[in-house]
Amino acid sequence: MLNSMLEFVPRIPIAEGTEWVTEWLKEKFSVLFDPIKEHLGNFMEFMSEDVLMLIPPIIFIIAVALIAFFISGKKLGLAAFSIVGLWLIYNQGYWDHLMNTVTLVIIASLLSVIIGVPFGILMAKSKIAEAIITPILDFMQTMPAFVYLIPAVAFFGIGMVPGVFASLIFATPPTVRFTNLGIRQVSKELVEASDAFGSTGAQKLFKVQLPMAKATIMAGINQTVMLSLSMVVIASMIGAPGLGREVLSSLQRSNVGTGFVAGVGIVILAIIIDRFTQNMNKKKA
Amino acid sequence: MPVIEAKNLSKVFGKNPKHALKLLDKGLSKEAILKEAGNTVGVNRASFSVEAGEIFVIMGLSGSGKSTLVRLINRLIEPTEGSILIDGEDLARMDKKSLRRVRREKMSMVFQKFALFPLRTILENAEFGLEVQNAPKEERRKKAEKALEMVGLAGYIHQKPGQLSGGMQQRVGLARALANDPEVLLMDEAFSALDPLIRKEMQDELIDLQSSMRKTIIFITHDLDEALRLGDRIALMKDGSIVQIGTPEEILVNPANDYVERFVEDVDRSKVLTAQHIMKRPETVNIEKHGPRVALERMREEGLSSMYVVDSKRNLKGYITADDASAARKNEIGNLEEILKNDIPRVDKETSMHEIFNIIHDSPIPVAVIEDGKLLGIIVRGSVIAALAGDAEVNIENA
Repeated sequence: MLNSMLEFVPRIPIAEGTEWVTEWLKEKFSVLFDPIKEHLGNFMEFMSEDVLMLIPPIIFIIAVALIAFFISGKKLGLAAFSIVGLWLIYNQGYWDHLMNTVTLVIIASLLSVIIGVPFGILMAKSKIAEAIITPILDFMQTMPAFVYLIPAVAFFGIGMVPGVFASLIFATPPTVRFTNLGIRQVSKELVEASDAFGSTGAQKLFKVQLPMAKATIMAGINQTVMLSLSMVVIASMIGAPGLGREVLSSLQRSNVGTGFVAGVGIVILAIIIDRFTQNMNKKKA
Repeated sequence: MPVIEAKNLSKVFGKNPKHALKLLDKGLSKEAILKEAGNTVGVNRASFSVEAGEIFVIMGLSGSGKSTLVRLINRLIEPTEGSILIDGEDLARMDKKSLRRVRREKMSMVFQKFALFPLRTILENAEFGLEVQNAPKEERRKKAEKALEMVGLAGYIHQKPGQLSGGMQQRVGLARALANDPEVLLMDEAFSALDPLIRKEMQDELIDLQSSMRKTIIFITHDLDEALRLGDRIALMKDGSIVQIGTPEEILVNPANDYVERFVEDVDRSKVLTAQHIMKRPETVNIEKHGPRVALERMREEGLSSMYVVDSKRNLKGYITADDASAARKNEIGNLEEILKNDIPRVDKETSMHEIFNIIHDSPIPVAVIEDGKLLGIIVRGSVIAALAGDAEVNIENA
């Protein structure tokens, strides 16, 4: 009796609806998706195969170590770790995979930042925008990351580009949130001061709010980069190349050894990227 | 013509402020309106005008609406009603562009907590106002350096604000406000965050600067001493309304209502200090020895227009004025008896400051402090005000 009350409304076809919308988007916007897929795909291939992979590993390692040395305030720790870590990856024969992963992370994080910062600014400037965007961000972050792979495949097929797309959805929220937070945290008196001297909105933003919010925004970007990395691994399920694909294939063949080594490679990359972005933040703050 | 004129300036915070304004019209109090309509009355129909070159102090306790009022003047807070005329233009009805122009060219603000930009150097901070006007680099650097020099910070221009002490930071705040040479300076509790010694130093410096630059200054403070020291005129605020506007003396001598009176009494030293604390050593002439010629000479030396006359035992006989002495000399009158005046404002050494205000206010000559008919000292108008402001070399040890 009570159960029949629950069945008062027949099942709402949300899944069908979503599929329909996705199909519709795919059809109508293929004009948009196809060139993105082609150009971005070509560019990323070029970057990983014709740029990064052509740099002799030894030079790459030394360059990373030098940068590490200088951004960590002339301390040896990070530089030493970079040398040993990157050499280990090379030693295990994963250098090309590493370059693919680096390409994916760089492109995905760059796009996330380029899209995320303006949205963060918009949220900080407008209460309405904040009210609309906040729940969307929550949705984007809590939806299991695998789910994004499905529309990514629908729109962009398989390969690097859908990986970037999925990563964008998953990894952009921290940049948006931290940009918003950073700008809102700028003390009221400073904002008043810039208004009192007759700043335009843009002057206030670029001369006062963004410089003051920089440390917070950088913390958000650090989060975004780390999330991109984790998504890039997941994206191997839809054919994104890189270290993640090695992990996936060892999973499929239940090959503990290879899986561990590829996993360690990802951890090394993660630590280097994390320390790099954090140090850049410290130095500028 | 006044530089700034506020007419019925009001600010009500919260939803539907017009309704709250109507309740104010009906004579409801601030609390009643908060209860009934949920609105907070920030400023209630403030009207005043500030003349060019004047230091106009707005004084009140915290919550009296003074900080809101100063932000209404440059429209950091949008007024609910009323107008602010600056050089005859109504700021409250300006579009954004004109408002920016006024803020850039006509008025600058100095903030309580300095509000310096921590990532910019001192010089870059001082340049800020000119930078937003897109002034050429050379020019803004020159003007900023000049402003910093005026406040005595020429040697620190490449430091960051965090490296300076509070007093020096506020000098930067002042230099930043002066750099674009505004007509009007809004100073919101500018010295309140400084410790007392530095505060006094800054007050003195502001007075010094003001004597050469003659800006129109609106100065917000909760401190009566500061108001008395700086203000040409003082407006006292309570619960968002201005309760009295007047010169420091008018406020002290004729408090408009109980509130002002209590304010004045609570904050000032009039209860503790008596005549003996603020009196000075009198310049006198001796009636038994001196004639008009000596008296005149003594007055010229001391730069006085009148002088008390005593006998050899310092018993007060009266006073003479320079005019009378000069006339007496012409008419070859040899002694002082004939020109002696007797309408002496007199107090004894225990007389409270409060009574002294009343006496001194109407008196053209200094008040005489008398004990057993002897002249102990004199009190001039300036030392009463100064003592209230905590500045006089008060002879506390004599107390």
